[in-house]
Amino acid sequence: MRLVVNKIFLALSIFSAIIGLAFLGWILTTLFIKGLSSFHFSLFLNDLIDGGLRNLIVGQMILAGLASLIGIPLGMTAGIYIQEYGQGRYASIIRDLSDIMMSAPSIVIGAFVYAVVVVPTGGTSGWAGAIALAIMMIPVVINTTDSMLSLVPRELREAGIALGASKYKVIIDIVIKAAKVGIMTGILLAFARIIGETAPLLFTSETSNYFSLNLSESFPSLTVSIYDLANEPEESSRDLAWAASFILTVLVLIINLSGRFITRNKK
Amino acid sequence: MEKIFQKLSLASASLVFVLLIGIFITLFSAAKPAIDEFGFDFITNSDWNKEVVLDSPDTLESEDSIGVDDDMIDDEDDLILDEDDDMLLDDEDEAVTKTIYGGLVPIVGTLLTTIIALAFALPIAMGIAVFLAEIAPKNISNIVGIAIELLAAIPSIIFGMWGLYYFAPIVADLVGGYQVSLLTAGLVLGVMILPFMAAITRDSMNTTPAVLKESAYALGATKFEVIKDVIFPFSKVGIIGSIILALGRALGETMAVAFLIGSIFVLPDAINDPTISIPVAMANNFGEASGLGESALFYLALILFIISFAVISIAKFYFLKKAK
Repeated sequence: MRLVVNKIFLALSIFSAIIGLAFLGWILTTLFIKGLSSFHFSLFLNDLIDGGLRNLIVGQMILAGLASLIGIPLGMTAGIYIQEYGQGRYASIIRDLSDIMMSAPSIVIGAFVYAVVVVPTGGTSGWAGAIALAIMMIPVVINTTDSMLSLVPRELREAGIALGASKYKVIIDIVIKAAKVGIMTGILLAFARIIGETAPLLFTSETSNYFSLNLSESFPSLTVSIYDLANEPEESSRDLAWAASFILTVLVLIINLSGRFITRNKK
Repeated sequence: MEKIFQKLSLASASLVFVLLIGIFITLFSAAKPAIDEFGFDFITNSDWNKEVVLDSPDTLESEDSIGVDDDMIDDEDDLILDEDDDMLLDDEDEAVTKTIYGGLVPIVGTLLTTIIALAFALPIAMGIAVFLAEIAPKNISNIVGIAIELLAAIPSIIFGMWGLYYFAPIVADLVGGYQVSLLTAGLVLGVMILPFMAAITRDSMNTTPAVLKESAYALGATKFEVIKDVIFPFSKVGIIGSIILALGRALGETMAVAFLIGSIFVLPDAINDPTISIPVAMANNFGEASGLGESALFYLALILFIISFAVISIAKFYFLKKAK
């Protein structure tokens, strides 16, 4: 009897793993079939107004890139503070708050940026979108930096200080160097996460049918346009949405996998 | 230089604090008009964007005129009454009707989709976690683990589109009812939080010391018994924390739900009726909203922020801290 119960339990567990993988397979297959059937290289050459995706892909990259430029330095220095400088309560409160912010609803971040950036500046803009994404990114970078720095052995820091290096020299030249790979992986994963975000961009950057590099007006966003296109009745719009989703997912998965690959090589 | 670097890093760290307080204050002040107008009744009121006539003497008059039997006269009466109404409107102040907003429908929608998602994802996620932590050989566990984590990396908007065009029709065929409904939205949300939940549950299970498991096996316990009597009691607190964390994620999810919930401000009678959730109400109505309507959306955002803040804090500080 015990053995039967054991068998049933193991079977159920394996079955649920199969269900999980089946969903992954189902979603990816759908994406590949629908995405590839409407995929064409001219999508990279035309803007949305001419039935292509060029402006959207470039726009999304710029938004996520700009968010990284804002978010990575802030997140890393904050992580360094928590791990290297902060003593006692304040640092641990910041760590806890950053953990909470990491799971905060992204749409609420969007509403916040709408209130503090979009309303005062008089309209949606690329800047607002990038700021919203940066706010999403900061806690993830803090978390990675914090936990990667904590893995660096104490002796390394002590050796540096014994040689007469000042603390920031030790941090920049020794501690960060030692934790470089881990931090880079974390940043790549954070980048993969924000580049697929839609909700924080809906009312901050919105989207645009035209190619634009002007960050002070509504800015083309791949994800927001996918949402718009997918809800349109015409078959052609929806096909375009599938092609865009396919490109987005491939991009996210490549970034994600390369992040994992870097860590694996290190080990 | 040293001083500058230290101050700089302190400033960045404090930014987190400032941002969180800033979000709270901003949401609160933007929601203030709606909070003043509706108070806590907002949470129990199910009418959204509804025009209501304020009590005024003319409503009594029109009730009196119903008793007239001839249609023609009735019409004429109405016409006259209408003119009277207009006159009254002009005489008194303009605000005889006002628009009211209540948050009950999106609040209920948010909670119900989350519950459905949890009910669907929980058993499967536990199964996957057990499989990854205890059953699968090391190399299979690694590969499946990465696959599950990739599922977690897929942008939520993809889940929404797939859910709407491929998953929902099948569910609707099986269960009946609409393709866009509480049920399909909850299930797709469940598929979405599944990998996240499985991954962190596996991590909790992996904290069980090998010595404990080995001693149980040495006593002749089956795998099921080891999992039930050793691993689960040991990592229980961590697992509960992981589940609550996944719940926090589900509460605030926008895009996967936006495609499937139907986006109408009506309380669902059945599980396969369409309704709306807080994030979706914001996503779909923010653009057109202004004045009190916008403020009411901020009120909803504030409620969502407080709920998820509380849920995540409980998970992080009570369960996951204890698990460490």
